[in-house]
Amino acid sequence: MHVVYPAVVSALLFSIGVYGVLARRNTILVLMSVELMLNAVNLNLVAFDVWLRDRLHSGQVLTLFVIVIAAAEVGLGLAIILALYRNRQTVDLDRLRDLAEPTGTDGGTARDPAQDPAQDPVRGPLQGPATAGSSDARTDPGQAVSESAARSGETS
Amino acid sequence: MTEAPSYLSPTGQEIVFLLLGAVAVGSALLVVTTKQLVHAALWLVVCFGALAGGYLVLTAEFVAWVQVLIYVGAIVALLLFGLMLTRAPIGRTADLDSRNRPAAAVVAVATAVVLVTVVIDGFRTAYAPLEPGGGSAKELGSSIFRNWVLPFEALSVLLLAALIGAIVLSRTDIRGRD
Repeated sequence: MHVVYPAVVSALLFSIGVYGVLARRNTILVLMSVELMLNAVNLNLVAFDVWLRDRLHSGQVLTLFVIVIAAAEVGLGLAIILALYRNRQTVDLDRLRDLAEPTGTDGGTARDPAQDPAQDPVRGPLQGPATAGSSDARTDPGQAVSESAARSGETS
Repeated sequence: MTEAPSYLSPTGQEIVFLLLGAVAVGSALLVVTTKQLVHAALWLVVCFGALAGGYLVLTAEFVAWVQVLIYVGAIVALLLFGLMLTRAPIGRTADLDSRNRPAAAVVAVATAVVLVTVVIDGFRTAYAPLEPGGGSAKELGSSIFRNWVLPFEALSVLLLAALIGAIVLSRTDIRGRD
């Protein structure tokens, strides 16, 4: 087996993962792309372990470790995404702009005001799930959107 | 390590690996381009399965089975649960890609070109003869429990911490100290 073949396959998988992380909007799809990148690394580790015939089997053992870390990462990532969804009713990365730079022209260029429910600065990121988040989570997303839009209308 | 045979006469193992690699890359492309959320998770299964086949061809059989068990079995099921709990729309969704998609494509193509040229340039003459048995459960197990015990135990503690953290994050009745 030429070492080039697995190396090229893993390079292609890695760049596909890069594309997914940068281009996708849904947070869970971004997590899937991260998994693709981790798998590219795993393929490289296995191929080079077979090539170098490491006596400690470091390549394959590290592959197992990477798989375990990926499992932990997916578990934590999904828990964070679920907490986010409980508080915001969206997992859309483009709408989570609380930490963005507050520039004057931001509303015109960087976001689409017509379909942007998370635009209101009132609902901070630390809003407790027991106060409004858990009640919002059980209403349907459309109602929550109109509710938050009304709330931002009151304060402005 | 050993003298490389010509690229023009591929062995059966190389052909099988290249076919599996093509399946993996193609389904990975579908994962990042499909318009349906659930289909992305299912194409991810195909990609991971093809990669597990690739590990088998590379004589890493234990890693292949772990890949099938954990990636195909657990992680994809977890991602599907995540899609379900965030009320992902069934069917085609129009706005799955963000506005920086052209920039992302440029970056990804540039990454692919750089990595593939470097890899081909660097490992053109490298050849790994495949001998079965190097990746069996016995070999890997003795290697882990002889040389890698401390990272293994640290990793188990990490996994425990991650699971407890996930439970604490996803339950709403556990509050922080106010």
